[in-house]
Amino acid sequence: MRQGYEGIVVTAPVTVPYERYSIHGAHWWIGRALHGLLRAAGLKPADLDGACLSSFTLGADTAVGLTQHFGLSPRWLDHIPMGGAAGVVALRRAARAVQAGDASIVACVAGDTNAPDSFRHTVAGFSRFAIDASVPYGSGGPNAAFALLTDAYMRTYGATREDFGRICVAQRANACQFPPALLRQPLSLEQYLSARMVSDPIALFDCVMPCAGAEAVLVMHETTARDLGLAYAHLRGAIERHNAYPDDPVQLRGGWAMDCAELYAQAATTPAGIGLLQTYDDYPVIVALQLEGLGFCAAGEAKDFIRAHDLRLEGDFPHNSSGGQLSAGQAGAAGGYIGLTDAVRQLIRAPLGPQIPGLQRALVSGFGMINYDRGLCSGAVILEAA
Amino acid sequence: MIPSRTPRNPTLLPQAALAPPALRSRQATGLAVAAAQGRFMLQVCDDCGHTCYPPREACNSCLGANLHWRDVPPGGTVSAQTTVRISMDPYFRPRTPWRIGTVRLDCGPDAVVHLHPTLAPGDRTRLALKLDKAGQGVIFALPPSDTPDMQTAPALRETTCDPRGRRVLVTDGRTPFGQELARSLIAAGANVFLGLAAPWHPFPGQEALPGTPVTLDLTDSRSTEICAAAIAGRVDIIVNTAGDFRPGHAGLDDARLAMETTYLAAARLTKYFLPALQARGGDGPYAACAWVNVLSIAGLVPDPAYPSASAAHAAALAQIQALRPSLRPLKLITAFVGPLDDQWHQALPPPKVSPAQLASAVITALRNGQEDIAVGDLARHTLALWHDNAAITLRR
Repeated sequence: MRQGYEGIVVTAPVTVPYERYSIHGAHWWIGRALHGLLRAAGLKPADLDGACLSSFTLGADTAVGLTQHFGLSPRWLDHIPMGGAAGVVALRRAARAVQAGDASIVACVAGDTNAPDSFRHTVAGFSRFAIDASVPYGSGGPNAAFALLTDAYMRTYGATREDFGRICVAQRANACQFPPALLRQPLSLEQYLSARMVSDPIALFDCVMPCAGAEAVLVMHETTARDLGLAYAHLRGAIERHNAYPDDPVQLRGGWAMDCAELYAQAATTPAGIGLLQTYDDYPVIVALQLEGLGFCAAGEAKDFIRAHDLRLEGDFPHNSSGGQLSAGQAGAAGGYIGLTDAVRQLIRAPLGPQIPGLQRALVSGFGMINYDRGLCSGAVILEAA
Repeated sequence: MIPSRTPRNPTLLPQAALAPPALRSRQATGLAVAAAQGRFMLQVCDDCGHTCYPPREACNSCLGANLHWRDVPPGGTVSAQTTVRISMDPYFRPRTPWRIGTVRLDCGPDAVVHLHPTLAPGDRTRLALKLDKAGQGVIFALPPSDTPDMQTAPALRETTCDPRGRRVLVTDGRTPFGQELARSLIAAGANVFLGLAAPWHPFPGQEALPGTPVTLDLTDSRSTEICAAAIAGRVDIIVNTAGDFRPGHAGLDDARLAMETTYLAAARLTKYFLPALQARGGDGPYAACAWVNVLSIAGLVPDPAYPSASAAHAAALAQIQALRPSLRPLKLITAFVGPLDDQWHQALPPPKVSPAQLASAVITALRNGQEDIAVGDLARHTLALWHDNAAITLRR
């Protein structure tokens, strides 16, 4: 059994409000997020001795270039190009750095910009396998890749579009109470079902809206947070896994199942002990894979779980408190943080919308990088209120 | 079904001659090499026998680096399907809905494929590598065996050059080869313009010429320009059979004549005809689609008995290779021939290429969208030697 995460906390959740299109570059968005961290924690740039960055739209820059850009001199630096798993993986690694004494305060940040047509460039050059073996096949982007997974999942397990629609409709209800969300018009199941097809069986409301934005948190030791007078949440468990089950013909499961027993053991809890589940929701089928992989239901039974539960903030199974990327928008790599920052806000009782009453534990899950035909990165963390 | 050909509105621009995304890794270019030859090849690990896809630099079973392109069994089973209705790419956008799928190949890997309209998840399929309009190799999932209407699927028609309903220029109608090509193309459903240099000089077969004769002397720029002005805008496929196949030592006059009739003839076609074809290269199911050159295999592996012809065909071949990227989305098909069964090869024993053999091979290549074919046993054999080891083959 690997070492636990005792003493590590997450604090200062920052969301730089999203915009559909931005005239600013990714550096600007990341700069706003870092600035937000410093203000929230009452720190100076020199206090950040660790940094961890994720972005798709920095052009030639990596985390290294950004240290000079922002005048930081960290003694621990990481660049995590893992998209939807970025937040979970960043938190896990930053926690290890703090535990090992490599850094005392780590800024974990993800941000991307979005301009008309910039998403197409990100997708067209996403990975070598994508360039060689998926982009030339209709160039449907992630919509087409996830449509293939959704098609196989529905055939295999008998899930319906209504099942996926329930996820999207509940998240829109959450977004209506989350001021920074870009899509805040109520959505009905009828509207979901009658939306135009994009790549069968993926229709309009299964797709996230690319946008510009940034998200960030600070990772430090509990004593440091106390000294700074910061509200925090404990990190109780964290897992990551890459390229799990490579021999499955189509991805009907992610890597969570390989490690989630260890995750719950680290946190000394079970799925029943989770009061808020933040899944990576690009696309709804991936929510189903997470419900199954993280032990909330058996493989293929997500449809029954969704039918049996109310996924809204005020429901019996609060899920994606900010409306997720489906309603808040997908700010590139910040989409890998959106569940994390809002879970921390809920756990420190500083929500931007309604508070989930009596929340003790949140599970934040990440999924990322359709390198070719499936998402390669999966991970999850369990956070607990102080 | 393909819609029948209707006169186009001359006041409208043709649909832009775009190509799908052309960027590939060096390894993935192996797919185009296989597709050009009409073979289904993937990387196979010589160390452990594992078949790898997408193309890569090391085996994903044993991490060995001994990956080589091998013919692999083309069977598979469809795992998933979707119909892309909204594409981000300017080539695909007007061509949606576009069906793709995931296939588990019998040889191991899973592949994202262009999915034939008759296939659904669970179905058995036969995979084929085709050259797309960017000239890159892409995997098509086809019905397990050929069906009568199989080729009419829009995505498949995009990657092939079926002569049915198309207008073809055969450049040299003075030879039995050009005449037989014209006859076979007409039988395959094409309309044919038959080029004739100096038609007032008598030649065999002139009393029963197939197709519409046009005056065209590819050794004469003015003649080529006049012919192009009259018909280039209507030609969808060019089959160039002009070329010097004569034996002889490399005397300067021989050399000059060989270059005129082979290399410079192709250069004139490039200058006067190809721009018009390329402009209509994206124009629906009857888009201009191919330029076929019949070249001697001696252009690839020089033949000591035919030094001038070897050099001239090598020059033409190099020109075609160099032009390929700039002439997309047109296909540049090279039909390598061994000795033709004609007056210049009387001294040679068989096997020699007959007019019917050449015509049949060219039409098959057009239907399959292959860019590299060898016609006849001798050209096939020489090409196989060259593929095995070009350096040794050139020395012998």
